[in-house]
Amino acid sequence: MSRKVVITGLGATTPIGGDVPTLWKNALKGVSGARTLEDEWVSTYELPVTFAARCSQPASEKLSRVEMKRMDPSTQFGVVAAREAWADAGIEEMDKDRLGVAFATGIGGVWTLLDAWDTLKERGPRRVLPMTVPMLMPNGVAAAVSLDLGARAGAHTPVSACASGTEALHLGLDLIRSGKADVVVCGGAEAAIHPMPIAAFASMQALSRRNDDPEHASRPYDVNRDGFVMGEGAGALVIEAEEHALARGARIYGELAGTSVTADAYHITAPDPEGLGATRALKAAMFDGRIQAEDVVHVNAHATSTPVGDKPEYTALRAALGAHVDNVAVSATKSQMGHLLGASGAVEAVLTTLAVFDRKAPVTINLENQDPEIPLDVVTTARDLPAGDIVALSNSFGFGGHNAVIAVRSY
Amino acid sequence: MASNEEILAGLAEIVNEETGLAPEAVELDKSFTEDLDIDSISMMTIVVNAEEKFGVRIPDEEVKNLKTVSDAVSFIAGAQA
Repeated sequence: MSRKVVITGLGATTPIGGDVPTLWKNALKGVSGARTLEDEWVSTYELPVTFAARCSQPASEKLSRVEMKRMDPSTQFGVVAAREAWADAGIEEMDKDRLGVAFATGIGGVWTLLDAWDTLKERGPRRVLPMTVPMLMPNGVAAAVSLDLGARAGAHTPVSACASGTEALHLGLDLIRSGKADVVVCGGAEAAIHPMPIAAFASMQALSRRNDDPEHASRPYDVNRDGFVMGEGAGALVIEAEEHALARGARIYGELAGTSVTADAYHITAPDPEGLGATRALKAAMFDGRIQAEDVVHVNAHATSTPVGDKPEYTALRAALGAHVDNVAVSATKSQMGHLLGASGAVEAVLTTLAVFDRKAPVTINLENQDPEIPLDVVTTARDLPAGDIVALSNSFGFGGHNAVIAVRSY
Repeated sequence: MASNEEILAGLAEIVNEETGLAPEAVELDKSFTEDLDIDSISMMTIVVNAEEKFGVRIPDEEVKNLKTVSDAVSFIAGAQA
């Protein structure tokens, strides 16, 4: 029997809330974090997409000037979320040799990399800052969190595009079960609202072009969905061996009961239309957590609002849960905050944990005409979840054919 | 041409910008590494910013000789002359 792992701390900075209480309040209300971008570069480069979902609270309100200078924006968000989660967990004393970090990103320090390239071209090599390398490296965020908290059991950065944040929890669970750590700060961070990634995602036709109406652009499951909305931010969760949490009398939000990661081996970007890889991931996470389909009451779906992506996830949910899928309350929270890429799985894990703990499913906005080919029970106004033992799942899928699923059980 | 006092004040500003240390802490007899706790990466940033501020060139091989604030002030003053 492997060690049971529980969730004891939550942190987030997102387009609909700069901390967990604000995020959760808005997620239950249903708000949009998407706005027209006011930056000069939007017109300079004539970007085909002119809006995104920026973090509602700048990191500069929580970090010192020197911290801001020495961290890429993605790391800034990650450290803000990790500090909130750590404070929330309330661990006053522990052997930090037993504290690990699994903090993901999809892209890493893209602002730092491209700023340094501009500096090199405009001002020469002497002006490229010596902090450039540690700021742009994808493991920069895990390293910064490790340094900040003094975590010495290892600092890891799983990178699997938009599945990265969820994969961080998969890795964290493994580190505790295998006895390599007693507590792991898991999370994901992303800050890629920069003209180059916007141009690149737009070029592959992944982004919504609803430039005249940003707040209604992210509309998972709607017949008129036309792509995802770029978001940014970070989510963080403190996960802990059950005996460690009980010994210190911790408040326990829920059990991280099972996780899984699979690969499609189908196409570099397109999801397998039959959702086979996602189905295997769902089944594997349920098997890992000894979960029956009937235990599942809620799913925080990946549902990015792309024409091709939303349906295979439905196919996979039906394949994994059978007819019981009709009884499951499904929330597509990217409708509110856009797609936080490598951070999305971590923020959605925070929401999934709170859904189980507070027994409420967050809202999917902008669903006007539900795609008849995706007949899920989509939560459009906050809904109570049943009493008793319940399980919620959160899915994340990434370019590259990565599928990651976590299961949170009430405790 | 900046006086030694002006160079010291300018350096203190650059050090404050990079590390958050109070400008008053940047005194002539202080060692960058031992007293001010400035690592090699921050030191290079300070050097490059000082080059721009004072219009001088501080060669990479010279940086290791700048152990104290006074060493840096003297080098910059000399390079400006």
